[in-house]
Amino acid sequence: MKLSGTEIVVECLKREKVKVVFGIPGGAIMPLYDTIDKKSSFTHILTKHEQGAVHAADGYARASGNVGVCFATSGPGATNLVTGLANAYLDSIPLVAFTGQVISPLIGTDAFQEVDITGITIPITKNNYLVMDVKDLASTIKEAFYLARTGRPGPVLIDFPKDVQVAKTDFHYPEKDKYSGYRPTLKGNLNQIKKAAKAIQEAKKPLIYAGGGIINSNASPELQELVKKTNIPVTTTLMGLGGFPEDHPLSLGMLGMHGLYCANVSISEADLIIALGTRFDDRVTGNIKKFCPKAKFIHVDIDPAEISKNIKISIPIVGDVKYVLAKLNQLVEPKKEKEWLERITELKEKNPLQYQRDDQLRPQYIIEKLDKLTKGDAIVVTDVGQHQMWAAQYYQYRYPRSFITSGGLGTMGFGLPSAIGAQFGAPKKRVVCIAGDGGFQMNVQELATVVKHKLPIILIIMNNGYLGMVRQWQELFFKKRYASTSLDGSPDFAQLVQVYGGKGIRVTTKNDLDSALSKALSGNEFVLLDCIIPPEENVFPMVSPGEAINNMLEGNQS
Amino acid sequence: MKHTIAILVKDHPGVLARVSSLFNRRRFNIESIAAGHSEKKGITRITIVTEGDENILEQITKQLNKLVDVLRVRDLPKGTSVERELALIKVRTKSTDQRTEIMQLIEAFRGHIVDIGKQALTIEITGTQEKINAKLKLLESFGILEISRTGKVSLSRGATRILN
Repeated sequence: MKLSGTEIVVECLKREKVKVVFGIPGGAIMPLYDTIDKKSSFTHILTKHEQGAVHAADGYARASGNVGVCFATSGPGATNLVTGLANAYLDSIPLVAFTGQVISPLIGTDAFQEVDITGITIPITKNNYLVMDVKDLASTIKEAFYLARTGRPGPVLIDFPKDVQVAKTDFHYPEKDKYSGYRPTLKGNLNQIKKAAKAIQEAKKPLIYAGGGIINSNASPELQELVKKTNIPVTTTLMGLGGFPEDHPLSLGMLGMHGLYCANVSISEADLIIALGTRFDDRVTGNIKKFCPKAKFIHVDIDPAEISKNIKISIPIVGDVKYVLAKLNQLVEPKKEKEWLERITELKEKNPLQYQRDDQLRPQYIIEKLDKLTKGDAIVVTDVGQHQMWAAQYYQYRYPRSFITSGGLGTMGFGLPSAIGAQFGAPKKRVVCIAGDGGFQMNVQELATVVKHKLPIILIIMNNGYLGMVRQWQELFFKKRYASTSLDGSPDFAQLVQVYGGKGIRVTTKNDLDSALSKALSGNEFVLLDCIIPPEENVFPMVSPGEAINNMLEGNQS
Repeated sequence: MKHTIAILVKDHPGVLARVSSLFNRRRFNIESIAAGHSEKKGITRITIVTEGDENILEQITKQLNKLVDVLRVRDLPKGTSVERELALIKVRTKSTDQRTEIMQLIEAFRGHIVDIGKQALTIEITGTQEKINAKLKLLESFGILEISRTGKVSLSRGATRILN
């Protein structure tokens, strides 16, 4: 039997076990929407903006571990995906985006709603395709899903013209999952792993620096086993939070620009850094010339291009961190560096996170309260800015996929739509979205999507009336000239959400917060908590740009 | 330091754009680029001359290998490979004497005349980039009207091949 292009898409998505797709229809993708309206094995969630759709697909992928899928039409629909694709690319999140394209004879004529979306997205996708023949469609979709989820995951885009969507052909879904030009190394070189085991044996001050790769490859159990055997302390990147339980005595928390004092100082004193699924980003290393001057590096990553990109590595291991750690755990001898661990304990105990614990409702208090009430058993989704850093610092992440944030791209507006995706990806989990009043307003239209689908998201807005992180930098590095950072003129968010049909509470005191948050968590419906916090509250510790990461500003403490 | 890199890619639309976009985005330099069919159907061979130290060369190679359409990447060091470039050079000729002079010169450095007009000659020269540069210098005094160069192409010496 012959199938049309759009029927092929539906059939392929069924075989890829896609459950939810986020998107918005438009001229060039109408045949696909017409087909899924008749029959499909997945739910389609209509967002209010294509950026909402792609971030939702991203949040879905992060919460569930499956490939996120989104649809958009040609032209503006496609360009509205760009930020979300770049976001997924920088955080290595598996996505497949389908975009409609103008009919093939019109391609290249600057037709209505025509853009060269494959050209535009070359640098921000793992690969992309313009499918000009319906016969190539099924194999392209198969390849796209395979690329998105294997190796270093990432977004893939498939653009297909309207005439290809309606053209018919015999359907055949290829079984193969081998592609010339694409063969990720999974197992890691045994000799290199042996070298790593030996280096660990010899190290006096070893430290594990774990990134998002631990989450992507589901390697948290293997990491915990390594620590159990070797008693090596662990610091994680923003992307790695949840990859190692933060209530473990050997957890140092996050490192980097807003990292914890003990994490940044320990890594600077270490003699061996075991970097796992991470990429020595500038927000982690600070001034790279001064990063870990005394250390030797083991680096495990599935992407060979990340090895020795930013820093020279003495023991590189290309491979999936899960496979490599499983092997390493067999080879490594049990050990316990007593002196080093005493030093770590001392650093940890003497330098806890600090803020003014007074009567005021402060952002750090909100996160601590959330942590106490949920005990790590929630999915915390953030937007980007100060609140994101407080959420990273003050919540104890105990499980993989319990923290969802825009790390590499730092996309304001990511929070709300990705929380929607996360809730679809983990329907039984409590999703708490934390956003600032700036970023929240960048995709505020998705409130309608939350209400429409009765998603029990708790949306906490840390409302300080400013683009807070920019304000903080203006205070510290731009002589307190607060150029265009005041958000004066924003609406009352508790009232706004009511117009959308949701529940909103304005929270101004600690007591308000305690009762509103407890109530929200015991209920099972969407609620927005508009928390009014002091504008002058800054994120500390902080490493100034260009400084070594153990040179931290301590800021406003009690 | 200059490097010559041979890249075998799938002959897909847009593959050159992917390769050049990567060089542009990562601030790698392209001194010359030449592309054409390889010995195998459906596979294009691209030769890029680039400049950078060993670390940059390593990054270029790794980043190129990440492109799904890229099948193989090889650095072709000067000593172990043959390198050629072809140039077409159109030279003004003012008199029969001058034309004769140019033709003798061309013969001496094993070039070919590929077009003769009343006021101009077109010369084909093949050789290393250094050789072509030297010949161009010699021809300058006659007045060069146009130059078209292919960019360098290169093969390793002996029986080894990039694609098995």
